[in-house]
Amino acid sequence: MRTYESWGRFPKVRHRQVIPLYWRTEVPRLDAFERPVLPHGMGRSYGDVCLNDDGILLDTTPLDRFIAFDEEKGILRCEAGVTLDRILDLVVPRGWFLPVTPGTKYITVAGAVANDVHGKNHHHGGTFGRYVTRFELVRSDGSRLICSPEENADLFRATIGGLGLTGVITWVEFRLKPIASAYIEEELIRFENLDEFFEISAESDVDFEYTVAWVDCLAQGDHLGRGIFMRGNHATGYPVLTPGSKRRLGVPVDFPEFVLNSFSMRVFNTLYYHRLREKKARRLVHYEPFFYPLDAIRNWNRIYGKRGMLQFQCAVPYGDHKEVIRAIIERIARSRRASFLAVLKEFGDVPSPGLMSFPRPGVTLTLDFPYDGLPTMHLFDDLHALVREAGGAFYPAKDTHMTPEEFQRSYPRWKEFSRFVDPHFSSSFWRRVTRGGEA
Amino acid sequence: MTNVLIVGATSAIAQEVAKHFAAAGDHLFLVGRNKEKLAAVAEDLQVRGARRVETFVLDVNEFDRHQEMLEAAESALGPLDVVLIAHGIMPDQKQLEQDVDLALEVYRTNTLSVISILTPIANLFERRGRGTIAVISSVAGDRGRQSNYVYGSSKAALTAFTSGLRNRLSRAGVQVITIKPGPVDTPMTAHMRKGLLMASPEKVGRDIYQAILKGKDVVYTPWFWRYIMCVIVHIPERIFKRMNL
Repeated sequence: MRTYESWGRFPKVRHRQVIPLYWRTEVPRLDAFERPVLPHGMGRSYGDVCLNDDGILLDTTPLDRFIAFDEEKGILRCEAGVTLDRILDLVVPRGWFLPVTPGTKYITVAGAVANDVHGKNHHHGGTFGRYVTRFELVRSDGSRLICSPEENADLFRATIGGLGLTGVITWVEFRLKPIASAYIEEELIRFENLDEFFEISAESDVDFEYTVAWVDCLAQGDHLGRGIFMRGNHATGYPVLTPGSKRRLGVPVDFPEFVLNSFSMRVFNTLYYHRLREKKARRLVHYEPFFYPLDAIRNWNRIYGKRGMLQFQCAVPYGDHKEVIRAIIERIARSRRASFLAVLKEFGDVPSPGLMSFPRPGVTLTLDFPYDGLPTMHLFDDLHALVREAGGAFYPAKDTHMTPEEFQRSYPRWKEFSRFVDPHFSSSFWRRVTRGGEA
Repeated sequence: MTNVLIVGATSAIAQEVAKHFAAAGDHLFLVGRNKEKLAAVAEDLQVRGARRVETFVLDVNEFDRHQEMLEAAESALGPLDVVLIAHGIMPDQKQLEQDVDLALEVYRTNTLSVISILTPIANLFERRGRGTIAVISSVAGDRGRQSNYVYGSSKAALTAFTSGLRNRLSRAGVQVITIKPGPVDTPMTAHMRKGLLMASPEKVGRDIYQAILKGKDVVYTPWFWRYIMCVIVHIPERIFKRMNL
């Protein structure tokens, strides 16, 4: 019934075996297997961090039980496979919210730890890992370790952002954030070009907890980098605490490849830009469309057809960032391969807790492209060169293209990290960026 | 507020049914073999809103402890409103053809233990003139097939037993529900190929909870199994015996 692939559906790999974990007290001895193992949750990371070609996957989604909820202090403990969706259903009616959420709520809590996910409030709140108080890690030798900033602190920092390589997380405890409403007071502002984006972003930094911008990657010339800036705060004057609706549309079949071409992309991007009639709009929206617009469509990745898609997310450090982002968008506009989801945001300087966390001060740009073989690869080569020269980094959870050199330079603590990698754990990603562990 | 006894409470389907009772703030008494698993389920239900959750470690094949279990449940929660029987085993059919002890074990666990547990509960509910007894049988009990007839016939006995019990207790105002799930994606079926007809425990759990609320008699879950089984039951034996089912 379940297929085990990543959200980008590229690369395609085969697993020897998938072992569902039904009980946190009954994790099998993992050093007994001949092939390396890797935990796998909802498969919402795009590239190959959640894949283990020719190896064994440990499906953590049956570990979906809550363990304890301190409603006074807002501390939740739950099993590894509980999704953010289920957590919201439980905590929103009681006046609590996720401290950090990515653009989908269909990820497991252990996946949020393993990728140290970030969201629209990064400039205020940092990454998800900052709110983790402790978790249990089961290693392949059968040992069970409680990890927290005080206890097994090294493994704690290695496992946050550790891509599932340090052992199996069986449960996670983390801090929630109090809210007075399930609604967000949102402002939308149209910007004509990149300079204006940076102006609005700077001006929004202090007063808005959530900021992000959508960019039209096909506009060129004076309009290069035009888009819509979205910023918001949890509403205070509208005390309604209903979680999101369960109604979701589905994409019944893989779209044929001709549906997404440069023309349809241009039409989409132009319409999306002009949907905002005036320069600025204010509205009160439920958190669901504000944080999770794509979750309304169950399997939206199918619109990219059978061949799948590639995601690209980089962080460009401050310095030449404006020129670098401009050059990247120019290169994409020239390729005429735009994406629905070009997202631009400034990261804050809140330190990430993990040895391998991706977010760092600078600007982050996210895009997706339908995979159509060599032309896509050439585009990625060029984009990577631009980011590399600027001293930027790529996000493992979105990556299919990083070279070992790029990885090792932008994650300088990877050697220190590799000492904490469990000897019986590996992933397609890890073998790729470490040259099979030999690098 | 409803007082619910669940036997086989750590089964995937039972956990899903229990989540609905928990969300409604009900009281639950969970019975299962493994103490740690029972504790994990109990914690989950408490977080989800159950006002009270008690656990009781029991192997259902300890028939002489069934009375103790019932007394413990009623002294913990008070008079029971709902009893859900959700335990069962399904060993490999090929193995069952070679191992008589294992085949008899299937009957002890799936059938005899249920008769032993339900007989005093039925009398109690009959005297009180209220209560709901829900029993998870199976579509496999509707007709014996070569691929699964030991398990299937152990469930067929449950279907007939609950049918008779329903007939007897309906006059007393006691609801008896026979639940017939198709294949469900649980640890019990982990070795089977996951076809299109495999349902999620979540879906089946929701159907069972609804059936209990609405006081249904016989429930197929998912619903389409009623029609599939209707066809299968009506295939003439002359033809059926040659089929590869």
